[in-house]
Amino acid sequence: MTTLYEQLGGAPAVDAAVDIFYRKVLADERIERFFDAVDMQAQAAKQKAFLTMVFGGPNHYTGVDMRRAHARLVTQGLNDSHFDAVVENLAATLRELGVGDAQIAEVARIAESVRGDVLGR
Amino acid sequence: MATLTWQGRTIACGDESVLDALAREGVTVPSSCRAGACQSCLVRAVAGTAPSSAQKGLRASLVEQGFFLACQATLTDDLTAAPADDLPVTRATVLRVERAADDVARVFLRTDGAFEARGGQFVHVMRDDGLTRPYSLANRSGDGSLELHVRRVAGGAMSPWLCDLAAGATLHLRGPSGECVYRRDRPTQPLVLAGTGTGLAPLLGVLRDALDAGHGAPITLVHGARTLAGLYEDDALRAMAARHPMVRYEPAVLDAPEGDPRRGDFRARVAAVVKATKGARVHLCGPPETLRPVQRDTFLAGVPLGDIAADLFVTAPSR
Ligand SMILES: Cc1cc2nc3c(=O)[nH]c(=O)nc-3n(C[C@H](O)[C@H](O)[C@H](O)COP(=O)(O)OP(=O)(O)OC[C@H]3O[C@@H](n4cnc5c(N)ncnc54)[C@H](O)[C@@H]3O)c2cc1C
Ligand code: HEM
Ligand code: FES
Repeated sequence: MTTLYEQLGGAPAVDAAVDIFYRKVLADERIERFFDAVDMQAQAAKQKAFLTMVFGGPNHYTGVDMRRAHARLVTQGLNDSHFDAVVENLAATLRELGVGDAQIAEVARIAESVRGDVLGR
Repeated sequence: MATLTWQGRTIACGDESVLDALAREGVTVPSSCRAGACQSCLVRAVAGTAPSSAQKGLRASLVEQGFFLACQATLTDDLTAAPADDLPVTRATVLRVERAADDVARVFLRTDGAFEARGGQFVHVMRDDGLTRPYSLANRSGDGSLELHVRRVAGGAMSPWLCDLAAGATLHLRGPSGECVYRRDRPTQPLVLAGTGTGLAPLLGVLRDALDAGHGAPITLVHGARTLAGLYEDDALRAMAARHPMVRYEPAVLDAPEGDPRRGDFRARVAAVVKATKGARVHLCGPPETLRPVQRDTFLAGVPLGDIAADLFVTAPSR
């Protein structure tokens, strides 16, 4: 049985998705301010970590890490509407890459599982 | 709280960077940008694991040897670290210093012994008192002399000193570092080279290498400046464009007189060039305030991150 991450195409799929996803996020005025990157290459590396995680790939992040990574954003007003916007951009990215609806739903489910940690609740 | 061991001393490190923790204890490590861009603050892990988040942009050989950037490192585990003393340092002699513009000097150096560096990379200039700053190479790869373009920053610690050096003076170099180089494996990919001020230096290094390699696609160089005097390579670049059919030179001067074709906004000029050049590799060099918005525009215009080489001249924060 292959994992979701393998079905999606593994690391090369993450590489293909990161440019598309990051471009969507930067162009989305609802959330763009959170990504007003000091360093775009570093941000892109973090987007890769994000995508690997929601693709169900190998990562070493814990719930505490997710809280810590987004704590600064929570103080800047990060809330459910922003979380929803990220999930929306994620789904649009996967659709653009030709991923099927069932797998998109699976990715959204993984993202959902960290909502509380990301929003610091 | 993690403990840093540094030359026999133990220092408790909280949320602060290793650079700040050392400074608090009176230990000075050279630094410049404090933002992970300039690699001035290289130190080395001797026992324990160097934080990988502080190794971004380092050459693989440095990563393998445990080097990391002190300004980017916060410790979660105990670590023993040491100064980067054992990195090779090359002595160099000033051949000549030319005034390129009111506030820009070309500094030509000859190194003692071989120094493998590619056009567009940067070297760390080290003064005898330990002050260290990165400067980019405008010369072609393998050139016998190194060419730096230094903008005189009023009140700056290093740049006025460099601009005023006399022929025969000596200094030390570490490096080179940086990925803003000509890709020999992409001889037919169009190039867009864009920078303001002395951001031109690394772009010239890339341009010279591209021409030496007989680059088989258009190369457009956009140089932005506030005044016409800031186009300090105007004549040379016009001559180059006249000689090489592949080269286009597009100056963008904010305060040029009405009607002068060189008048224009740098950001808008680069956006137009990027739009007109499909499939290009885009090099962006110069001060971060000017280049970051351009980097963002370029990415949003559809250029993949992997085709954007940005060398931002991040400087020390003001004190
Ligand atoms: C990768 C890289 C490559 C670089 N290549 C070059 C190059 O080819 N040519 C070049 O001239 N410089 C280059 N720089 C910048 C250079 O390293 C120094 O930061 C710069 O020369 C200022 O050093 P300083 O010691 O004179 O000033 P500092 O003593 O460091 O700064 C003095 C004060 O001036 C402010 N300041 C510094 N720079 C500026 C500025 N540009 N505009 C306004 N205020 C400023 C600082 O915030 C500080 O308050 C590069 C930087 C990096 C990171
Ligand atoms: C859907 C669930 C999410 C997951 C799984 C996730 C995952 C991650 C990961 C793994 C990192 C890298 C952490 C690091 O290594 O430093 C990160 C950083 C980041 N995330 Fe998220 N994220 C999520 C939601 C969001 C949302 C909703 C926003 C904002 C709208 C956001 C904005 C950011 C930003 C700006 C960073 C970089 C922080 C920094 O540079 O300090 N994330 N995220
Ligand atoms: S990289 Fe640390 S001071 Fe510039």
